[in-house]
Amino acid sequence: MSTSAQATNSQLRIVVVGNGMVGHHFVDQLIEHNTSVGADNSALHISVLSAEPRLAYDRVHLSEFFSGKSADELALTTPEYYQQHKIDYKLNAAVTHIDKVAKTVTTVQGEVLSYNKLILATGSYPFVPPIPGNDQPHCLVYRTIEDLEAISASSKVSKIGVVVGGGLLGLEAANALKEAGLETHVVEFAPQLMAVQVDGGGGRLLRSKIEALGVKVHTQKATQTIEAGDVCRYKMCFADGSFLETDMILFSAGIRPQDKLAREFDIAIGERGGIVVDNHCQTNIDDIYAIGECALWNNFIFGLVAPGYTMARVAAAHILGGDQTFLGADMSTKLKLMGVEVGSIGDAHAKTAGALCYTYENQASAVYKKMVVDSSKKKLIGAVLVGDTSDYDTLLQYALNGIDLPEHPEALILPASGGAKPGLGADALPATATICSCHNVSKGDIIAAFDGGACSLSDIKSCTKASSGCGGCSALLKSVCDAELSKRGVEVKKDICEHFAYSRQELFHLVKVGKLQTFDELLTKHGKGLGCEVCKPAAANILASVWNEFILKPDHVSLQDTNDTYLGNMQKDGTYSIIPRIAGGEITPDKLIVLGQVGKKYNLYTKITGGQRIDLFGARVDQLPEIWKILIDAGFETGHAYAKSLRTVKSCVGSTWCRYGVQDSVGQAIELENRYKGLRSPHKLKFAVSGCTRECAEAQSKDIGIIATENGWNLYVCGNGGMKPRHADLFATDLDTETLVKYIDRVLMFYVRTADRLQRTSVWMENLEGGLEYLKQVVIEDSLGLGAELESQMQVVVDAYQCEWKTAIENEESRKRFRQFVNSDKADTNIVFVEERQQIRPATPEEKASFTQQQQAKRIAVELV
Amino acid sequence: MTNSTNWITVCQESDLVANSGVCALINEQQIALFKVKNAGQEQLFAISNWDPIGEANVLYRGLLCSVGDTVAVASPLYKQRFCLSSGTCLDSDDVTIKVYPIRLENQAVQLQVSQ
Ligand code: SRM
Ligand SMILES: Cc1cc2nc3c(=O)[nH]c(=O)nc-3n(C[C@H](O)[C@H](O)[C@H](O)COP(=O)(O)OP(=O)(O)OC[C@H]3O[C@@H](n4cnc5c(N)ncnc54)[C@H](O)[C@@H]3O)c2cc1C
Ligand code: SF4
Ligand code: FES
Repeated sequence: MSTSAQATNSQLRIVVVGNGMVGHHFVDQLIEHNTSVGADNSALHISVLSAEPRLAYDRVHLSEFFSGKSADELALTTPEYYQQHKIDYKLNAAVTHIDKVAKTVTTVQGEVLSYNKLILATGSYPFVPPIPGNDQPHCLVYRTIEDLEAISASSKVSKIGVVVGGGLLGLEAANALKEAGLETHVVEFAPQLMAVQVDGGGGRLLRSKIEALGVKVHTQKATQTIEAGDVCRYKMCFADGSFLETDMILFSAGIRPQDKLAREFDIAIGERGGIVVDNHCQTNIDDIYAIGECALWNNFIFGLVAPGYTMARVAAAHILGGDQTFLGADMSTKLKLMGVEVGSIGDAHAKTAGALCYTYENQASAVYKKMVVDSSKKKLIGAVLVGDTSDYDTLLQYALNGIDLPEHPEALILPASGGAKPGLGADALPATATICSCHNVSKGDIIAAFDGGACSLSDIKSCTKASSGCGGCSALLKSVCDAELSKRGVEVKKDICEHFAYSRQELFHLVKVGKLQTFDELLTKHGKGLGCEVCKPAAANILASVWNEFILKPDHVSLQDTNDTYLGNMQKDGTYSIIPRIAGGEITPDKLIVLGQVGKKYNLYTKITGGQRIDLFGARVDQLPEIWKILIDAGFETGHAYAKSLRTVKSCVGSTWCRYGVQDSVGQAIELENRYKGLRSPHKLKFAVSGCTRECAEAQSKDIGIIATENGWNLYVCGNGGMKPRHADLFATDLDTETLVKYIDRVLMFYVRTADRLQRTSVWMENLEGGLEYLKQVVIEDSLGLGAELESQMQVVVDAYQCEWKTAIENEESRKRFRQFVNSDKADTNIVFVEERQQIRPATPEEKASFTQQQQAKRIAVELV
Repeated sequence: MTNSTNWITVCQESDLVANSGVCALINEQQIALFKVKNAGQEQLFAISNWDPIGEANVLYRGLLCSVGDTVAVASPLYKQRFCLSSGTCLDSDDVTIKVYPIRLENQAVQLQVSQ
């Protein structure tokens, strides 16, 4: 089959050999050009010669042929389309001769075509290892639709199939055999699967995942002969003496560039094959180009379609007088093989000199991740992801754009439970960085959209379509937009809520500088409306940090979250918990007995907390004052478990008892807990003190951690457990107690003044410009000259301490707050307990339903309007 | 208890807490009462005390807030906001709680009950 459109003399004759994916893309470029200049008086005459019986189709999705896609559905173009655009094409027309002098090519049918420009787009062919017996009927390859038809036919008369080669394509082929219902084996020469893309660790995990799917994997097997089988059609004999019987063999042992024509007609080829091309995809012969998998650029063959497409665009541009260049391509890949996610970026094998690796392996969830960084630990040069490729996009940005890695690069691949991973700073991204891969939107496109009049994130979304695909880029998109907007002088709102156009830090300054004592003053002077659940507790917290007044003072009472108002944590059924302070975790037997007695008397659920103290649950709001009265009389104080303030200072037993202890950690913990108790802060604060380097108090997981040394105390700051754990950073070593307290005063007060609402010390420090080093300068070197002021402010707070529960029960007015009803002494009937493990627990809704049915009968129903 | 105007006295004004809530028990039903001071004006509101989302009798212990011109209370359990005058939940379309007519008569806080 062919079409012919006679070339006129004035036209440039272009002959394309091969109509694979890349050859077709090249033709498409020329069609686009023709259309834009008007097809009828086109200056180009294009001929396409294809060795296959059909026009170009999608080889990348070839395997879908097995899941039912027809050849037509895989087609990338149609005869009608080529005809419409006057493309002269011939099928089954392999080119056999090139005459470089006469500038002609000859097809297998003997037809001769002359050219002004010749494009070789002959692709590659599957490599079949030279094993005796490899040419028998059911020994197949995996490259064309005809190959797949042969595999289909063979699998109908086979039970067992072997794929030779455990690379990317081999595994894809194995999947096809498995889908066809064959018992499937993969035989690989190397010690692991996908040896090109993934490293040993990733290969191991990949293997176990694929074996779990029922595919048998045999590594380090060199096939020597293929003989007649005893139970199956064939018997593969391996170099190590073992053998495997099978009915079908599929070779997928790599590809070789199809450079036969170039070899025969003296066009330069590389040592190991491939037609040598320059940056314009020109061969060493004038007017002959090579593109796609047959081309060797910089001694490299690109076995992927995207670089081939780039070559096609470069060659087309060059012929039409443009000046694009091909400068290599990224070979990173992300794919799903038999449901297993695999990603490979850059130097996956850490072959670069001085390269260092970070590896995370979670066998339980079958996840393997590795990052390869350069010797300076500044740049990401490679990565391997198996089982979870969710970090692929971020890592690829780092690698492709040469972005500096964050201080702890490992966080990029470690699981971030809950919170977000350290994001990529928007300013670090070059304009070429792809922000949205679904819609191929780069940072440059976003900047251009702003230049073109977009004024907001939502404008950007609607005009670039960014973030409207999978949505995975939304955080990155927002930070790029925010950064761009603030560069343009558009204010990016940090307002705490609709009532105050200020950040927490700004409110803090307003309170302090304006000497404001109440929320009303603050709202009248600087805000609007009534306030809300966001600004009220934040203001209450700031007022307390600055003045440390009784939080149930009438001026403050309406500001507090319920936990602060009722001085306890509300539980799911509306009852409260009671946690008295047990400084350092040290408690006398007498006090323990009191806790037991109270628990018994009020039938409270009793539990040891994760913070070395005791929690009593299930107290009704009206019971709180009398319970606390008993506790206070026995010498207890509030534990502030409900407040954004110091929680506990955990301790280990220390030098007093422990044979390894070098300092009195319990004594130190108690002293620190008593000093900082009651300090209101942007978020809760936790300390711990360990008596020696064995660290039994887990001090390095706290906001303030202290570890005893022979010479004093090492101070760690800004760690936490919780949703996104972070180890504390070593801040200063071998401190005496006085200096220790001075540094803690300064760190905490600086935090209280400058942090955002609900920002723990770790996040605060990471967001401080200059980070830990800056904090050290402010605190240790007193670079801002703030040291004395921070200490004296801390002293004000320390001196103003009062036990809130003591004040609350002594004060009639505030005691009134603890009534359930203003007009009745009854209790809330919705609070129902049942017994479990000899203690109470809240009843489930079902348990309550059966309980209230009994009650309902007694109720007199008077409806309210 | 019900007279011709069927308003019943629940408590005294002094039992209310400015810009905060208290709870009254009327015929076994829990009603949350709020006194809101806004631009020198005082306004009273009465809503059901039952938080249908958190499933507990806690709304009177929530924080008052304004959302534009709407005055609302944020549940102390999971922070959903309920409009004090209409009872609609601002954070969940299909949830509404009961609101009750409330007034002040000579320092007495009164609610209206049906015949
Ligand atoms: C009672 C206790 C669990 C227990 O039975 O052991 C507990 C209970 C609560 N924790 Fe906790 N946490 C308790 C130890 C911890 C610990 C362990 C520790 O302190 O050593 C952690 C991890 C360490 C850390 O914070 O760095 C912890 C991390 C959290 C978090 C996550 C904080 C974070 O930054 O990610 C929250 C949520 C929050 O604060 O926003 C939380 C919040 C809560 C709240 C307040 C949730 C709530 O609002 O109801 C719970 C209050 C229950 C109550 O009525 O007391 N709790 N919580 C522990 C009380 C310790 C104490 O004596 O005060
Ligand atoms: C199963 C499978 C899965 C793949 N998956 C991916 C993937 O996920 N991602 C990816 O990027 N790449 C993938 N690839 C690779 C991708 O298909 C190739 O990179 C791409 O097809 C190369 O295009 P090409 O035009 O250079 O070569 P080809 O598509 O091979 O086309 C070359 C054409 O030239 C013809 N030809 C050869 N010699 C002559 C001659 N003398 N005269 C006339 N015609 C001739 C051939 O018959 C063939 O039709 C996959 C390949 C396969 C087989
Ligand atoms: S871990 Fe969650 S459920 Fe358990 S006590 Fe802490 S906050 Fe409550
Ligand atoms: S990457 Fe932007 S929407 Fe998917």
